Amino acid sequence: MADINIAEQDLHQEDGHHGHDDHHHGDKYQSSFVDRYVFSQDHKTIAKQFLITGMFWAVIGAGMSIIFRLQLGFPDSDMAWLQPLLGGWIEIDPVTGSGVLSPDFYYALVTMHGTILVFFVLTAGLSGTFSNLLIPLQVGARDMASPLMNMLSYWFFFLSGAIMFISLFLNTGPFSGGWTAYPPLSELPQASDGSKAGATLWIISLVFFVVSVLLGGINYITTILNMRTKGMHMFRMPLTIWAFLITAVLGLLSFPVLASGFFMVTFDRVLGTSFFLNEIYVAGEALTTRVGGSAILYQHLFWFLGHPEVYIIILPAMGIVSEVLSVHSRKPIFGYKAMVFSILAIAVLSFLVWAHHMYMSGMNPFIANIFVLFTLIIAVPSAVKVFNWIATIWGGNVRFNSALLFSIGFVSMFISGGLTGIFLGNSAIDIQQHDTYFVVAHFHIVMGVAAFFGMYAGIYHWFPRMYGRFMNETLGKIHFWGTLIGAYAVFGPMHYIGMAGVPRRYYKFDGFDAFSQFTEINQFITIAAIIVFVLQILFIINFFYSMYKGRRQTEMNPWGATTLEWTAPIDAGHGNWDGEIPEVHRWPYDLSRYEDREFVMQTEPLAEGEMDGGH
Amino acid sequence: MITEITGPKIKRIHPKKFALWMALVSMIMFFTALTSAYIVRKAAGNWYAFEIPKEFFLSGGVALVNSVLLHVAYRLYKERNYTIFKLLISLGFVLGVAFVVLQYLGWLALNGQGVYAQTNQSSSFFLILTLSHGLHVIGAITALMVSWIYAIRPSTTAWTEKRQLRLELTFTFWHFVDILWIYLLIFFWVQQ
Ligand code: HEM
Ligand SMILES: [Cu+2]
Repeated sequence: MADINIAEQDLHQEDGHHGHDDHHHGDKYQSSFVDRYVFSQDHKTIAKQFLITGMFWAVIGAGMSIIFRLQLGFPDSDMAWLQPLLGGWIEIDPVTGSGVLSPDFYYALVTMHGTILVFFVLTAGLSGTFSNLLIPLQVGARDMASPLMNMLSYWFFFLSGAIMFISLFLNTGPFSGGWTAYPPLSELPQASDGSKAGATLWIISLVFFVVSVLLGGINYITTILNMRTKGMHMFRMPLTIWAFLITAVLGLLSFPVLASGFFMVTFDRVLGTSFFLNEIYVAGEALTTRVGGSAILYQHLFWFLGHPEVYIIILPAMGIVSEVLSVHSRKPIFGYKAMVFSILAIAVLSFLVWAHHMYMSGMNPFIANIFVLFTLIIAVPSAVKVFNWIATIWGGNVRFNSALLFSIGFVSMFISGGLTGIFLGNSAIDIQQHDTYFVVAHFHIVMGVAAFFGMYAGIYHWFPRMYGRFMNETLGKIHFWGTLIGAYAVFGPMHYIGMAGVPRRYYKFDGFDAFSQFTEINQFITIAAIIVFVLQILFIINFFYSMYKGRRQTEMNPWGATTLEWTAPIDAGHGNWDGEIPEVHRWPYDLSRYEDREFVMQTEPLAEGEMDGGH
Repeated sequence: MITEITGPKIKRIHPKKFALWMALVSMIMFFTALTSAYIVRKAAGNWYAFEIPKEFFLSGGVALVNSVLLHVAYRLYKERNYTIFKLLISLGFVLGVAFVVLQYLGWLALNGQGVYAQTNQSSSFFLILTLSHGLHVIGAITALMVSWIYAIRPSTTAWTEKRQLRLELTFTFWHFVDILWIYLLIFFWVQQ
């Protein structure tokens, strides 16, 4: 009786009899506190686990950025007050008693910030949360194809995070070679302090992370393709589900390639091979025994994951935004099929552009041209989506609540960041922009802020589905406007200093005549970043406050949405629906399409001779 | 209760089988990445070609036989022919272990030729590919062990749908690692 598989096909037990767990919800896995809240196999609980773990990491990752922003904005200020938190990483001058941030630790902070935000927050926290919450509920399944694997996916993520967390407390510090972990910094312990135990733990942590993503992704794909309820054709799936599906496919195809790169790094670290090492000097000495490899090879393997990874981050946000914009503008999504096909096009193209991160690695300019071409083509499906989002809210009966505002904010950010992508995608322009703050501005706006906005839109929208209560709207709006303005204030000026040539990943600039003139801008950015950070704390307060004290959800379908997650009881148990799983009869966007009905849910049969929407 | 909620069955591929195929796709990507890196690196020159020891070809044969045995075993199980089924699955298990031993012996032979992991990029790649594959085989052996225990324990030999599925999944994975090795072998042989 060990495995309860909620897959209906699988309710037969090993020996043919059913035992005591015949009923489909309140199964024995929910009988104790530990099973219900810790090792839960209920996708809804796992979603919350991903979300709250992601929030934990977001605070840490963002907190780190505040520390290194202080360094960048106020390099000469006394940091002794941070010593209680950072200990030995603040070097105290014995005479004056004033403290400076250790340069090694500055790099560790930047590296950890990138790793944490990209992988733990925007991959696991975003896709993990919403894929888990919405896939079974929106396709009409009692749970994932394999709830056990789903639970393991979370716990591998947890393990991965625990290892990374431990690495923060190492004597030699966490890994400090950048979130992309390029060799030789990721391979040679003698290269820097962070390349010692910190790098080892970084690799181990990320390997577990890959396992988590694969376990989760396999489950998401299987559930979507095999466990949809009756009538839920592919083209009746909400765009969220399409986005999660393609996200999982991207992950399944690209993360193993990253794993292979990490495996080779591990070989180099442990077995003394030289896959990625050649002609290296450390502290003035040539490493004569480690030759024959190629560091560029690693970059290829990394970015073959790395570029799809940025779409792994943004596609779920796009799905969420499509859904939220449509529901709260009370209009069907504009161009449903175009949206689906542009997701597919983005997915295919995302595998053909990775070398745009390597224009400056000495690659053949003719090959670079091919990558320029594909990179610029990706702008087409992206533009289709932007156009359709705008057309969706155009003339709608828009409810300007926090969820919708964050969705609009997403579109705004995606446009701003996408435009700079077009600059960077041209290999000739990239000669100037590569490794400057222009790139930092580009990807923080298009990926960092945009994905966060998508996540916030999803949280405000589906909070009732998760906790049976609403989040506070006033705080939500303060959160939105402050973050929108603040994020532009942080990343807008970075375009400018980036175009002026200021390089990323520098500890301080006052030693360079060309860059030292931007001190005021850097101070401005730092202050804006601190304000934005405080606003996110406001969000977290709102989140936990609303969890216990928020306005209670009284109707099953508070937003007047059409999708299946709102047909399950407010306090749905494991198994989601009390009776039969609802059947689906129409597409998910019948909003304001009928004279007499404001919206029609997916479960309602088509009228005699009626054509389903979406064609 | 269960029949009540099951509703009309839609004929689809079993989710677990589908999930396995997905997992195989990710493994294929893993090995594709490594072999692509191999090709790229080899094209750059300074590539030391060595003789592939015969043990690796022998293990190729073992892999083929193993796949055939397991395939027949599955057929027999479906026909409820348990006696020969048990024999074949036991043999398959032994061959699986023999495969790993042969790979290990192959590496000892390479060491005998003076080829070690660090000798040249060619041997490093040979190691990373054989080792990655070997780890997958060890996974497959673990899975096979479970099916094998079910098969020989008298109380759990008899056919059930679930046991058949377990066998099918295990054997599919075995066919995958077997074919993968044959592929890698041909790859090495052509590339060396
Ligand atoms: C219109 C589409 C886009 C184009 C043409 C584009 C182009 C580029 C190019 C050429 C670079 C490399 C710049 C350099 O290092 O010199 C880059 C960096 C980056 N892009 Fe984009 N991009 C686009 C959209 C996106 C999206 C949607 C995301 C994420 C959701 C994203 C995330 C990133 C990240 C994370 C980096 C920097 C990684 C690093 O070096 O640390 N980009 N982009
Ligand atoms: Cu890219």
